[in-house]
Amino acid sequence: MNVLAFAEQRAGTLRQVALETVTAGRALADGLGIELLAVLLGPPRLADEAERLGRYGADRVLLGTADTLGEYAPEAYTELLARAVQEHAAKALILPASAQGKDLAPRVAARLEAGLASDVTELAVEDGRVVAVRPVYGGKLLARVGFKMDPALLTVRARAYTAAENPRPGEVEGMTPEVDPEKLRTRVRLAAAEKRERPDVAEAEIIVAGGRGMQGPENWKLLEELADALGPGAALGASRAVVDAGWRPHAEQVGQTGKVVAPPLYFAIGISGAIQHLAGMRTARCIVAVNKDAEAPILKVADYGIVGDLFEVVPRLAEEIRKLRSEG
Amino acid sequence: MNIIVCIKRVPDSESRIVVGGDGRSIDSQGIKFVLNPYDEYAVEEALRLKEAAGAGSVTVMTLGGEESKETLRTALAMGADQAVLLKGQPSDDGFGTAEKLAAAIKVGEYDLVLFGKQAIDDDNLQVPAMVAELLGLPCATVVVELKVEANKVTAEREVEGGHETVEFELPGVIAAQKDLNQPRYPSLKGIMAAKKKPLEEVDVGDAEARLEVIELMKLPERAAGEVVGEGPDAVPELVRKLREEAKVL
Repeated sequence: MNVLAFAEQRAGTLRQVALETVTAGRALADGLGIELLAVLLGPPRLADEAERLGRYGADRVLLGTADTLGEYAPEAYTELLARAVQEHAAKALILPASAQGKDLAPRVAARLEAGLASDVTELAVEDGRVVAVRPVYGGKLLARVGFKMDPALLTVRARAYTAAENPRPGEVEGMTPEVDPEKLRTRVRLAAAEKRERPDVAEAEIIVAGGRGMQGPENWKLLEELADALGPGAALGASRAVVDAGWRPHAEQVGQTGKVVAPPLYFAIGISGAIQHLAGMRTARCIVAVNKDAEAPILKVADYGIVGDLFEVVPRLAEEIRKLRSEG
Repeated sequence: MNIIVCIKRVPDSESRIVVGGDGRSIDSQGIKFVLNPYDEYAVEEALRLKEAAGAGSVTVMTLGGEESKETLRTALAMGADQAVLLKGQPSDDGFGTAEKLAAAIKVGEYDLVLFGKQAIDDDNLQVPAMVAELLGLPCATVVVELKVEANKVTAEREVEGGHETVEFELPGVIAAQKDLNQPRYPSLKGIMAAKKKPLEEVDVGDAEARLEVIELMKLPERAAGEVVGEGPDAVPELVRKLREEAKVL
Protein backbone atom coordinates (compact mmCIF):
# COMPACT_ATOMS: atom_id res chain seq x y z
CA MET A 1 0.00 0.00 0.00
CA ASN A 2 1.14 3.52 -0.83
CA VAL A 3 0.09 7.12 -0.97
CA LEU A 4 0.35 8.66 -4.44
CA ALA A 5 0.88 12.38 -5.03
CA PHE A 6 0.36 13.91 -8.48
CA ALA A 7 3.12 16.41 -9.27
CA GLU A 8 1.77 19.00 -11.72
CA GLN A 9 4.13 20.51 -14.28
CA ARG A 10 3.67 23.18 -16.90
CA ALA A 11 5.95 23.35 -19.95
CA GLY A 12 8.34 20.87 -18.37
CA THR A 13 8.75 22.67 -15.03
CA LEU A 14 7.20 21.62 -11.73
CA ARG A 15 4.61 24.07 -10.44
CA GLN A 16 4.76 25.27 -6.84
CA VAL A 17 1.56 23.31 -6.11
CA ALA A 18 3.40 20.12 -7.09
CA LEU A 19 5.81 20.61 -4.18
CA GLU A 20 2.91 21.45 -1.85
CA THR A 21 1.07 18.30 -2.95
CA VAL A 22 4.11 16.13 -2.31
CA THR A 23 4.55 17.80 1.10
CA ALA A 24 0.90 17.01 1.96
CA GLY A 25 1.37 13.47 0.67
CA ARG A 26 4.44 13.02 2.88
CA ALA A 27 2.42 14.01 5.96
CA LEU A 28 -0.38 11.60 5.04
CA ALA A 29 2.02 8.73 4.25
CA ASP A 30 3.73 9.26 7.63
CA GLY A 31 0.34 9.19 9.35
CA LEU A 32 -0.44 5.88 7.68
CA GLY A 33 3.09 4.49 8.05
CA ILE A 34 3.40 3.75 4.32
CA GLU A 35 5.46 4.94 1.35
CA LEU A 36 4.85 8.06 -0.71
CA LEU A 37 5.10 7.78 -4.49
CA ALA A 38 5.06 10.95 -6.56
CA VAL A 39 3.64 10.66 -10.08
CA LEU A 40 5.00 13.02 -12.73
CA LEU A 41 3.56 13.07 -16.26
CA GLY A 42 4.80 15.34 -19.01
CA PRO A 43 7.04 15.91 -22.01
CA PRO A 44 10.41 14.14 -22.51
CA ARG A 45 13.44 15.33 -20.51
CA LEU A 46 11.76 15.64 -17.13
CA ALA A 47 14.33 13.55 -15.23
CA ASP A 48 15.81 16.54 -13.35
CA GLU A 49 12.39 17.70 -12.25
CA ALA A 50 11.52 14.14 -11.19
CA GLU A 51 14.62 14.03 -9.00
CA ARG A 52 13.60 17.22 -7.18
CA LEU A 53 10.50 15.44 -5.85
CA GLY A 54 12.62 13.24 -3.58
CA ARG A 55 13.82 16.35 -1.78
CA TYR A 56 10.22 17.16 -0.80
CA GLY A 57 9.54 13.70 0.61
CA ALA A 58 8.79 11.26 -2.22
CA ASP A 59 10.17 7.79 -1.42
CA ARG A 60 9.89 6.95 -5.11
CA VAL A 61 8.93 8.85 -8.24
CA LEU A 62 6.90 7.34 -11.10
CA LEU A 63 7.79 9.20 -14.27
CA GLY A 64 5.74 8.96 -17.46
CA THR A 65 6.97 11.04 -20.38
CA ALA A 66 5.93 11.32 -24.01
CA ASP A 67 5.49 14.12 -26.54
CA THR A 68 1.75 13.56 -26.28
CA LEU A 69 1.85 14.20 -22.51
CA GLY A 70 3.48 17.64 -22.80
CA GLU A 71 0.23 19.59 -22.68
CA TYR A 72 -2.51 18.49 -20.31
CA ALA A 73 -4.10 15.47 -22.00
CA PRO A 74 -7.19 14.67 -19.91
CA GLU A 75 -7.92 11.15 -21.14
CA ALA A 76 -4.28 10.02 -21.10
CA TYR A 77 -3.57 11.52 -17.69
CA THR A 78 -6.76 9.89 -16.32
CA GLU A 79 -5.77 6.50 -17.69
CA LEU A 80 -2.18 6.70 -16.40
CA LEU A 81 -3.15 7.91 -12.93
CA ALA A 82 -5.92 5.33 -12.55
CA ARG A 83 -3.49 2.65 -13.64
CA ALA A 84 -0.88 3.83 -11.09
CA VAL A 85 -3.47 3.76 -8.29
CA GLN A 86 -4.39 0.19 -9.19
CA GLU A 87 -0.87 -1.13 -9.76
CA HIS A 88 0.40 0.31 -6.49
CA ALA A 89 -2.73 -0.51 -4.48
CA ALA A 90 -2.85 3.13 -3.40
CA LYS A 91 -4.60 3.94 -0.15
CA ALA A 92 -4.86 7.57 -1.28
CA LEU A 93 -4.16 9.79 -4.28
CA ILE A 94 -3.54 13.48 -3.68
CA LEU A 95 -3.71 16.13 -6.41
CA PRO A 96 -3.44 19.90 -6.23
CA ALA A 97 -6.75 21.80 -6.27
CA SER A 98 -5.44 23.67 -9.31
CA ALA A 99 -7.23 24.14 -12.64
CA GLN A 100 -5.64 20.92 -13.86
CA GLY A 101 -6.10 18.97 -10.60
CA LYS A 102 -9.76 19.95 -10.33
CA ASP A 103 -10.39 18.76 -13.88
CA LEU A 104 -8.39 15.56 -13.55
CA ALA A 105 -9.31 14.32 -10.06
CA PRO A 106 -13.03 13.71 -10.73
CA ARG A 107 -12.21 11.84 -13.94
CA VAL A 108 -9.83 9.52 -12.08
CA ALA A 109 -12.31 9.12 -9.21
CA ALA A 110 -15.09 8.15 -11.62
CA ARG A 111 -12.79 5.70 -13.42
CA LEU A 112 -11.97 4.05 -10.08
CA GLU A 113 -15.50 4.52 -8.66
CA ALA A 114 -13.80 6.24 -5.73
CA GLY A 115 -14.71 9.05 -3.37
CA LEU A 116 -13.12 12.46 -3.84
CA ALA A 117 -12.76 15.27 -1.31
CA SER A 118 -12.16 18.59 -3.10
CA ASP A 119 -10.18 21.63 -1.98
CA VAL A 120 -8.93 20.08 1.24
CA THR A 121 -7.16 22.34 3.76
CA GLU A 122 -6.25 19.73 6.42
CA LEU A 123 -5.52 16.02 6.29
CA ALA A 124 -5.41 13.50 9.11
CA VAL A 125 -5.49 9.76 9.77
CA GLU A 126 -8.03 8.52 12.33
CA ASP A 127 -8.13 4.79 13.15
CA GLY A 128 -6.36 4.06 9.90
CA ARG A 129 -8.81 6.02 7.77
CA VAL A 130 -8.19 9.21 5.85
CA VAL A 131 -10.06 12.21 7.24
CA ALA A 132 -10.05 15.64 5.62
CA VAL A 133 -11.27 19.13 6.45
CA ARG A 134 -12.59 21.25 3.59
CA PRO A 135 -14.41 24.57 3.30
CA VAL A 136 -18.00 24.40 2.02
CA TYR A 137 -20.67 27.01 1.24
CA GLY A 138 -18.00 29.27 -0.22
CA GLY A 139 -15.97 29.13 2.99
CA LYS A 140 -18.88 29.89 5.35
CA LEU A 141 -18.49 26.48 7.06
CA LEU A 142 -15.93 23.69 7.28
CA ALA A 143 -16.80 20.04 6.70
CA ARG A 144 -14.84 17.20 8.28
CA VAL A 145 -15.21 14.21 5.97
CA GLY A 146 -14.10 10.60 6.29
CA PHE A 147 -13.70 8.07 3.50
CA LYS A 148 -15.86 4.95 3.65
CA MET A 149 -13.62 3.02 1.26
CA ASP A 150 -10.22 3.08 -0.44
CA PRO A 151 -8.76 4.61 -2.44
CA ALA A 152 -9.30 8.08 -0.99
CA LEU A 153 -8.91 10.79 -3.62
CA LEU A 154 -8.21 14.35 -2.50
CA THR A 155 -7.39 17.69 -4.05
CA VAL A 156 -5.42 19.99 -1.74
CA ARG A 157 -5.93 23.75 -1.83
CA ALA A 158 -2.95 25.90 -2.81
CA ARG A 159 -1.09 27.32 0.23
CA ALA A 160 -2.82 24.92 2.66
CA TYR A 161 0.53 23.12 2.90
CA THR A 162 3.84 24.96 2.66
CA ALA A 163 6.32 23.10 0.48
CA ALA A 164 8.97 21.77 2.87
CA GLU A 165 12.19 19.90 2.14
CA ASN A 166 12.21 16.45 3.71
CA PRO A 167 14.72 14.43 1.68
CA ARG A 168 13.99 10.81 0.76
CA PRO A 169 15.68 8.58 -1.80
CA GLY A 170 13.16 9.62 -4.48
CA GLU A 171 14.35 6.95 -6.87
CA VAL A 172 12.87 7.56 -10.32
CA GLU A 173 11.06 4.68 -12.06
CA GLY A 174 9.74 4.87 -15.60
CA MET A 175 6.04 4.36 -16.29
CA THR A 176 4.71 3.02 -19.57
CA PRO A 177 3.22 6.17 -21.09
CA GLU A 178 1.20 4.41 -23.80
CA VAL A 179 -2.57 4.66 -23.74
CA ASP A 180 -5.16 3.39 -26.17
CA PRO A 181 -5.31 6.16 -28.86
CA GLU A 182 -9.02 5.39 -29.35
CA LYS A 183 -9.62 6.97 -25.96
CA LEU A 184 -7.93 10.27 -26.80
CA ARG A 185 -10.71 12.52 -28.00
CA THR A 186 -9.82 15.87 -26.49
CA ARG A 187 -7.10 18.20 -27.67
CA VAL A 188 -5.82 20.79 -25.20
CA ARG A 189 -3.52 23.76 -25.89
CA LEU A 190 -2.31 26.29 -23.37
CA ALA A 191 -2.96 29.81 -24.69
CA ALA A 192 0.54 31.06 -23.92
CA ALA A 193 -0.13 34.60 -25.13
CA GLU A 194 -2.34 35.17 -22.16
CA LYS A 195 0.17 34.25 -19.49
CA ARG A 196 0.12 37.07 -17.00
CA GLU A 197 2.98 38.48 -15.00
CA ARG A 198 1.36 38.18 -11.61
CA PRO A 199 0.52 34.90 -9.86
CA ASP A 200 -3.04 33.61 -9.89
CA VAL A 201 -5.18 34.91 -7.05
CA ALA A 202 -5.81 31.33 -5.83
CA GLU A 203 -2.10 30.62 -5.42
CA ALA A 204 -0.64 34.00 -4.43
CA GLU A 205 1.31 34.74 -1.27
CA ILE A 206 -0.14 38.23 -1.07
CA ILE A 207 -3.43 39.51 -2.46
CA VAL A 208 -4.24 43.17 -3.02
CA ALA A 209 -7.99 43.25 -3.52
CA GLY A 210 -10.14 46.20 -4.46
CA GLY A 211 -13.86 46.89 -4.10
CA ARG A 212 -16.41 49.46 -5.05
CA GLY A 213 -14.55 52.07 -2.99
CA MET A 214 -12.01 52.18 -5.83
CA GLN A 215 -14.66 54.17 -7.75
CA GLY A 216 -13.65 52.93 -11.21
CA PRO A 217 -11.35 50.59 -13.16
CA GLU A 218 -8.96 53.43 -14.02
CA ASN A 219 -7.96 53.65 -10.35
CA TRP A 220 -6.58 50.10 -10.28
CA LYS A 221 -3.15 51.52 -11.09
CA LEU A 222 -2.95 52.37 -7.38
CA LEU A 223 -3.40 48.72 -6.47
CA GLU A 224 -0.95 47.63 -9.16
CA GLU A 225 1.59 49.99 -7.69
CA LEU A 226 1.02 48.52 -4.22
CA ALA A 227 1.28 44.96 -5.61
CA ASP A 228 4.52 45.87 -7.41
CA ALA A 229 5.94 47.27 -4.16
CA LEU A 230 5.05 44.03 -2.37
CA GLY A 231 6.93 41.95 -4.93
CA PRO A 232 6.38 39.20 -7.50
CA GLY A 233 4.32 37.04 -5.09
CA ALA A 234 1.51 39.59 -4.99
CA ALA A 235 -1.67 39.13 -7.03
CA LEU A 236 -4.61 41.44 -7.63
CA GLY A 237 -8.05 40.48 -6.34
CA ALA A 238 -11.52 41.96 -6.64
CA SER A 239 -14.90 41.94 -4.92
CA ARG A 240 -17.97 40.59 -6.72
CA ALA A 241 -19.42 44.08 -7.08
CA VAL A 242 -16.53 45.32 -9.21
CA VAL A 243 -16.43 42.13 -11.30
CA ASP A 244 -20.17 42.38 -11.93
CA ALA A 245 -19.66 46.03 -12.91
CA GLY A 246 -17.12 44.87 -15.50
CA TRP A 247 -14.20 46.73 -13.89
CA ARG A 248 -12.10 43.60 -13.39
CA PRO A 249 -12.04 40.05 -14.84
CA HIS A 250 -13.84 37.26 -13.02
CA ALA A 251 -10.55 35.37 -12.65
CA GLU A 252 -9.67 37.90 -9.93
CA GLN A 253 -12.92 37.60 -7.96
CA VAL A 254 -12.55 36.55 -4.32
CA GLY A 255 -15.63 35.13 -2.59
CA GLN A 256 -18.32 32.50 -2.86
CA THR A 257 -18.83 32.77 -6.62
CA GLY A 258 -15.16 33.50 -7.21
CA LYS A 259 -12.14 32.03 -5.49
CA VAL A 260 -11.86 31.06 -1.85
CA VAL A 261 -8.36 32.04 -0.77
CA ALA A 262 -6.10 31.77 2.27
CA PRO A 263 -2.91 33.73 1.58
CA PRO A 264 -0.48 34.79 4.33
CA LEU A 265 -1.36 38.45 3.67
CA TYR A 266 -4.57 40.00 2.28
CA PHE A 267 -5.22 43.67 1.61
CA ALA A 268 -8.90 44.66 1.31
CA ILE A 269 -8.98 48.11 -0.23
CA GLY A 270 -12.33 49.86 -0.47
CA ILE A 271 -14.14 46.57 0.18
CA SER A 272 -16.97 46.84 2.71
CA GLY A 273 -17.12 43.08 3.35
CA ALA A 274 -20.30 41.41 2.03
CA ILE A 275 -20.95 38.01 3.64
CA GLN A 276 -19.98 36.09 0.51
CA HIS A 277 -16.70 38.03 0.20
CA LEU A 278 -15.75 37.54 3.86
CA ALA A 279 -16.36 33.80 3.51
CA GLY A 280 -13.91 33.71 0.64
CA MET A 281 -10.96 35.34 2.43
CA ARG A 282 -11.43 35.13 6.17
CA THR A 283 -8.91 32.31 6.61
CA ALA A 284 -6.11 34.53 5.31
CA ARG A 285 -3.40 34.62 7.97
CA CYS A 286 -3.24 38.40 8.14
CA ILE A 287 -5.92 40.77 6.84
CA VAL A 288 -5.37 44.49 6.33
CA ALA A 289 -8.34 46.71 5.50
CA VAL A 290 -8.42 50.28 4.26
CA ASN A 291 -11.91 51.78 4.33
CA LYS A 292 -13.43 55.18 4.76
CA ASP A 293 -16.33 53.74 6.78
CA ALA A 294 -15.34 52.89 10.37
CA GLU A 295 -18.42 50.63 10.60
CA ALA A 296 -17.60 48.51 7.52
CA PRO A 297 -17.91 44.76 8.27
CA ILE A 298 -14.43 44.16 6.82
CA LEU A 299 -12.92 45.98 9.81
CA LYS A 300 -14.46 43.35 12.14
CA VAL A 301 -12.37 40.57 10.56
CA ALA A 302 -9.27 42.60 9.70
CA ASP A 303 -6.20 42.23 11.88
CA TYR A 304 -5.22 45.79 11.07
CA GLY A 305 -7.36 48.55 9.69
CA ILE A 306 -6.90 52.10 8.58
CA VAL A 307 -9.97 54.29 8.42
CA GLY A 308 -9.48 56.87 5.74
CA ASP A 309 -9.45 57.87 2.10
CA LEU A 310 -7.87 55.01 0.15
CA PHE A 311 -6.67 57.47 -2.51
CA GLU A 312 -4.40 58.97 0.13
CA VAL A 313 -3.61 55.83 2.14
CA VAL A 314 -2.73 53.39 -0.67
CA PRO A 315 0.00 55.50 -2.38
CA ARG A 316 1.55 56.15 1.03
CA LEU A 317 1.42 52.41 1.81
CA ALA A 318 3.15 51.56 -1.48
CA GLU A 319 5.78 54.18 -0.73
CA GLU A 320 6.47 52.92 2.81
CA ILE A 321 6.70 49.33 1.62
CA ARG A 322 9.10 50.30 -1.17
CA LYS A 323 11.21 52.09 1.42
CA LEU A 324 11.18 49.00 3.64
CA ARG A 325 12.11 46.72 0.74
CA SER A 326 14.99 48.95 -0.35
CA GLU A 327 16.38 48.93 3.19
CA GLY A 328 16.27 45.14 2.93
CA MET B 1 -29.27 20.62 -31.24
CA ASN B 2 -30.57 18.67 -28.24
CA ILE B 3 -29.10 19.78 -24.97
CA ILE B 4 -29.49 18.61 -21.41
CA VAL B 5 -28.58 20.93 -18.53
CA CYS B 6 -28.02 19.46 -15.07
CA ILE B 7 -28.88 21.93 -12.31
CA LYS B 8 -29.09 22.13 -8.51
CA ARG B 9 -31.04 23.96 -5.84
CA VAL B 10 -28.68 25.73 -3.42
CA PRO B 11 -28.82 28.42 -0.71
CA ASP B 12 -28.51 31.96 -2.09
CA SER B 13 -24.94 33.28 -1.83
CA GLU B 14 -26.08 36.13 0.43
CA SER B 15 -27.42 33.63 3.01
CA ARG B 16 -25.93 33.24 6.44
CA ILE B 17 -25.29 29.50 6.84
CA VAL B 18 -25.69 27.87 10.25
CA VAL B 19 -24.98 24.27 11.30
CA GLY B 20 -28.16 22.29 11.98
CA GLY B 21 -29.09 20.25 15.06
CA ASP B 22 -27.57 17.03 13.73
CA GLY B 23 -24.16 18.71 13.40
CA ARG B 24 -23.77 17.30 9.88
CA SER B 25 -26.10 19.39 7.77
CA ILE B 26 -27.20 23.01 7.67
CA ASP B 27 -30.19 24.62 9.33
CA SER B 28 -32.32 25.50 6.31
CA GLN B 29 -34.72 27.64 8.35
CA GLY B 30 -35.08 31.08 6.79
CA ILE B 31 -32.72 30.35 3.92
CA LYS B 32 -33.70 31.42 0.42
CA PHE B 33 -32.92 28.66 -2.07
CA VAL B 34 -32.11 29.51 -5.66
CA LEU B 35 -30.93 27.99 -8.91
CA ASN B 36 -27.16 27.49 -8.45
CA PRO B 37 -25.57 30.66 -9.93
CA TYR B 38 -23.15 28.75 -12.19
CA ASP B 39 -26.11 26.72 -13.55
CA GLU B 40 -27.68 29.95 -14.79
CA TYR B 41 -24.74 30.32 -17.20
CA ALA B 42 -25.23 26.71 -18.33
CA VAL B 43 -28.96 27.21 -18.97
CA GLU B 44 -28.28 30.49 -20.81
CA GLU B 45 -25.63 28.87 -23.01
CA ALA B 46 -27.96 25.99 -23.85
CA LEU B 47 -30.70 28.42 -24.89
CA ARG B 48 -28.29 30.41 -27.08
CA LEU B 49 -26.96 27.26 -28.77
CA LYS B 50 -30.48 26.05 -29.49
CA GLU B 51 -31.50 29.46 -30.80
CA ALA B 52 -28.41 29.61 -33.05
CA ALA B 53 -29.08 26.10 -34.37
CA GLY B 54 -32.70 27.04 -35.02
CA ALA B 55 -33.88 23.61 -33.92
CA GLY B 56 -33.70 21.18 -31.04
CA SER B 57 -34.64 21.22 -27.39
CA VAL B 58 -33.27 22.10 -23.98
CA THR B 59 -34.03 19.72 -21.13
CA VAL B 60 -33.19 20.64 -17.54
CA MET B 61 -32.58 17.85 -15.06
CA THR B 62 -31.91 17.71 -11.34
CA LEU B 63 -31.47 15.14 -8.60
CA GLY B 64 -33.38 16.28 -5.56
CA GLY B 65 -36.61 16.30 -3.60
CA GLU B 66 -40.05 17.77 -4.28
CA GLU B 67 -38.70 21.26 -3.45
CA SER B 68 -36.37 21.12 -6.47
CA LYS B 69 -39.38 21.50 -8.78
CA GLU B 70 -39.23 25.22 -8.04
CA THR B 71 -35.63 25.28 -9.31
CA LEU B 72 -36.60 23.39 -12.46
CA ARG B 73 -39.44 25.88 -13.03
CA THR B 74 -36.94 28.75 -12.80
CA ALA B 75 -34.92 27.20 -15.63
CA LEU B 76 -38.13 26.53 -17.61
CA ALA B 77 -39.06 30.19 -17.13
CA MET B 78 -35.71 31.20 -18.62
CA GLY B 79 -36.73 29.23 -21.70
CA ALA B 80 -35.88 25.54 -21.31
CA ASP B 81 -38.43 23.28 -23.01
CA GLN B 82 -38.89 20.48 -20.51
CA ALA B 83 -37.71 19.30 -17.12
CA VAL B 84 -36.86 16.00 -15.45
CA LEU B 85 -36.85 15.61 -11.67
CA LEU B 86 -34.83 12.61 -10.55
CA LYS B 87 -36.36 12.08 -7.13
CA GLY B 88 -33.72 11.23 -4.58
CA GLN B 89 -31.13 13.04 -2.52
CA PRO B 90 -27.73 14.03 -3.94
CA SER B 91 -24.70 12.61 -2.12
CA ASP B 92 -22.05 14.44 -0.10
CA ASP B 93 -19.45 13.49 -2.68
CA GLY B 94 -19.73 13.92 -6.42
CA PHE B 95 -19.64 10.28 -7.42
CA GLY B 96 -23.00 9.19 -5.99
CA THR B 97 -24.74 12.10 -7.70
CA ALA B 98 -22.84 11.56 -10.95
CA GLU B 99 -23.95 7.90 -11.03
CA LYS B 100 -27.62 8.88 -10.77
CA LEU B 101 -27.34 11.56 -13.46
CA ALA B 102 -25.29 9.41 -15.82
CA ALA B 103 -27.83 6.60 -15.53
CA ALA B 104 -30.60 8.99 -16.55
CA ILE B 105 -28.80 10.54 -19.53
CA LYS B 106 -29.22 8.41 -22.63
CA VAL B 107 -26.26 8.80 -24.94
CA GLY B 108 -27.51 9.38 -28.45
CA GLU B 109 -30.49 11.45 -27.37
CA TYR B 110 -28.38 14.54 -26.59
CA ASP B 111 -25.61 16.38 -28.41
CA LEU B 112 -24.39 18.26 -25.39
CA VAL B 113 -24.66 17.96 -21.61
CA LEU B 114 -24.13 21.25 -19.78
CA PHE B 115 -23.46 21.92 -16.10
CA GLY B 116 -22.47 24.85 -13.92
CA LYS B 117 -18.83 24.37 -12.95
CA GLN B 118 -19.71 23.71 -9.31
CA ALA B 119 -22.61 23.96 -6.88
CA ILE B 120 -22.06 26.69 -4.30
CA ASP B 121 -23.23 24.49 -1.41
CA ASP B 122 -20.83 21.52 -1.33
CA ASP B 123 -18.32 23.27 -3.65
CA ASN B 124 -17.23 19.88 -4.98
CA LEU B 125 -16.60 20.76 -8.63
CA GLN B 126 -16.75 17.04 -9.41
CA VAL B 127 -20.01 15.99 -11.02
CA PRO B 128 -19.57 17.26 -14.63
CA ALA B 129 -16.25 15.48 -15.28
CA MET B 130 -17.51 12.38 -13.47
CA VAL B 131 -20.65 12.18 -15.60
CA ALA B 132 -18.48 12.60 -18.72
CA GLU B 133 -16.22 9.78 -17.59
CA LEU B 134 -19.15 7.50 -16.73
CA LEU B 135 -20.77 8.17 -20.13
CA GLY B 136 -17.46 7.93 -22.01
CA LEU B 137 -17.84 11.49 -23.35
CA PRO B 138 -15.19 14.19 -23.86
CA CYS B 139 -15.44 17.10 -21.46
CA ALA B 140 -14.21 20.62 -20.71
CA THR B 141 -14.67 22.17 -17.25
CA VAL B 142 -14.56 25.79 -16.01
CA VAL B 143 -15.40 27.04 -19.50
CA VAL B 144 -15.46 30.81 -20.14
CA GLU B 145 -16.01 30.75 -23.91
CA LEU B 146 -17.71 28.16 -26.09
CA LYS B 147 -17.96 27.74 -29.85
CA VAL B 148 -19.92 24.95 -31.51
CA GLU B 149 -19.58 24.69 -35.30
CA ALA B 150 -21.27 21.71 -36.92
CA ASN B 151 -20.20 19.04 -34.43
CA LYS B 152 -16.87 20.59 -33.48
CA VAL B 153 -16.57 22.12 -30.01
CA THR B 154 -13.92 24.70 -29.08
CA ALA B 155 -13.96 25.65 -25.41
CA GLU B 156 -11.74 28.10 -23.56
CA ARG B 157 -11.22 27.04 -19.97
CA GLU B 158 -9.77 29.13 -17.18
CA VAL B 159 -6.36 28.08 -15.86
CA GLU B 160 -3.91 29.91 -13.62
CA GLY B 161 -2.70 33.01 -15.43
CA GLY B 162 -4.48 32.31 -18.71
CA HIS B 163 -6.69 30.02 -20.74
CA GLU B 164 -6.55 26.54 -22.18
CA THR B 165 -8.24 25.76 -25.48
CA VAL B 166 -10.03 22.41 -25.46
CA GLU B 167 -11.33 20.87 -28.68
CA PHE B 168 -13.49 17.82 -29.19
CA GLU B 169 -16.35 16.50 -31.27
CA LEU B 170 -19.94 16.17 -30.11
CA PRO B 171 -21.44 14.62 -28.13
CA GLY B 172 -19.69 15.99 -25.06
CA VAL B 173 -19.91 17.64 -21.66
CA ILE B 174 -19.28 21.33 -20.79
CA ALA B 175 -19.16 22.90 -17.32
CA ALA B 176 -19.79 26.68 -17.28
CA GLN B 177 -17.76 29.33 -15.48
CA LYS B 178 -19.08 32.81 -14.70
CA ASP B 179 -17.64 34.68 -17.71
CA LEU B 180 -19.37 32.41 -20.26
CA ASN B 181 -22.34 34.74 -20.90
CA GLN B 182 -24.85 37.07 -19.27
CA PRO B 183 -27.84 34.96 -18.18
CA ARG B 184 -31.27 36.33 -19.01
CA TYR B 185 -33.90 36.98 -16.36
CA PRO B 186 -37.09 34.98 -16.70
CA SER B 187 -39.75 37.21 -18.26
CA LEU B 188 -43.30 37.32 -16.89
CA LYS B 189 -44.39 35.52 -20.05
CA GLY B 190 -41.67 32.94 -19.45
CA ILE B 191 -42.81 32.40 -15.87
CA MET B 192 -46.42 31.86 -16.99
CA ALA B 193 -45.34 29.51 -19.79
CA ALA B 194 -43.12 27.51 -17.41
CA LYS B 195 -46.17 26.36 -15.47
CA LYS B 196 -47.47 24.50 -18.51
CA LYS B 197 -44.20 22.97 -19.69
CA PRO B 198 -43.69 19.22 -19.15
CA LEU B 199 -42.02 18.20 -15.90
CA GLU B 200 -41.34 14.49 -15.67
CA GLU B 201 -40.67 12.82 -12.32
CA VAL B 202 -38.65 9.63 -11.93
CA ASP B 203 -37.90 7.92 -8.63
CA VAL B 204 -34.21 7.07 -8.61
CA GLY B 205 -33.49 6.72 -4.89
CA ASP B 206 -30.84 8.50 -2.87
CA ALA B 207 -27.30 8.75 -4.21
CA GLU B 208 -24.69 6.74 -2.34
CA ALA B 209 -21.54 8.54 -1.24
CA ARG B 210 -18.03 7.12 -0.96
CA LEU B 211 -17.34 9.45 1.91
CA GLU B 212 -19.34 10.85 4.80
CA VAL B 213 -19.58 14.23 6.43
CA ILE B 214 -18.52 13.56 10.02
CA GLU B 215 -19.32 17.08 11.12
CA LEU B 216 -19.93 20.57 9.85
CA MET B 217 -18.11 23.26 11.77
CA LYS B 218 -18.18 27.02 12.09
CA LEU B 219 -14.95 28.72 11.19
CA PRO B 220 -12.88 29.69 14.20
CA GLU B 221 -13.71 33.27 15.17
CA ARG B 222 -11.03 35.75 14.24
CA ALA B 223 -9.68 37.65 17.22
CA ALA B 224 -10.83 41.27 17.10
CA GLY B 225 -8.37 43.31 15.10
CA GLU B 226 -7.35 46.87 15.69
CA VAL B 227 -7.80 50.09 13.82
CA VAL B 228 -4.24 51.34 13.60
CA GLY B 229 -5.32 54.90 12.90
CA GLU B 230 -6.93 57.29 10.50
CA GLY B 231 -5.67 58.49 7.13
CA PRO B 232 -2.21 58.25 5.55
CA ASP B 233 -0.43 59.24 8.76
CA ALA B 234 -1.29 55.80 10.17
CA VAL B 235 0.63 54.04 7.39
CA PRO B 236 4.13 53.95 8.97
CA GLU B 237 2.69 52.39 12.13
CA LEU B 238 0.76 49.83 10.04
CA VAL B 239 3.89 48.85 8.13
CA ARG B 240 5.84 48.52 11.40
CA LYS B 241 3.15 46.21 12.82
CA LEU B 242 3.03 44.11 9.66
CA ARG B 243 6.76 43.62 9.90
CA GLU B 244 7.32 43.24 13.62
CA GLU B 245 4.05 41.82 15.01
CA ALA B 246 2.53 39.90 12.13
CA LYS B 247 5.88 39.21 10.46
CA VAL B 248 4.35 39.22 7.01
CA LEU B 249 6.57 41.82 5.35
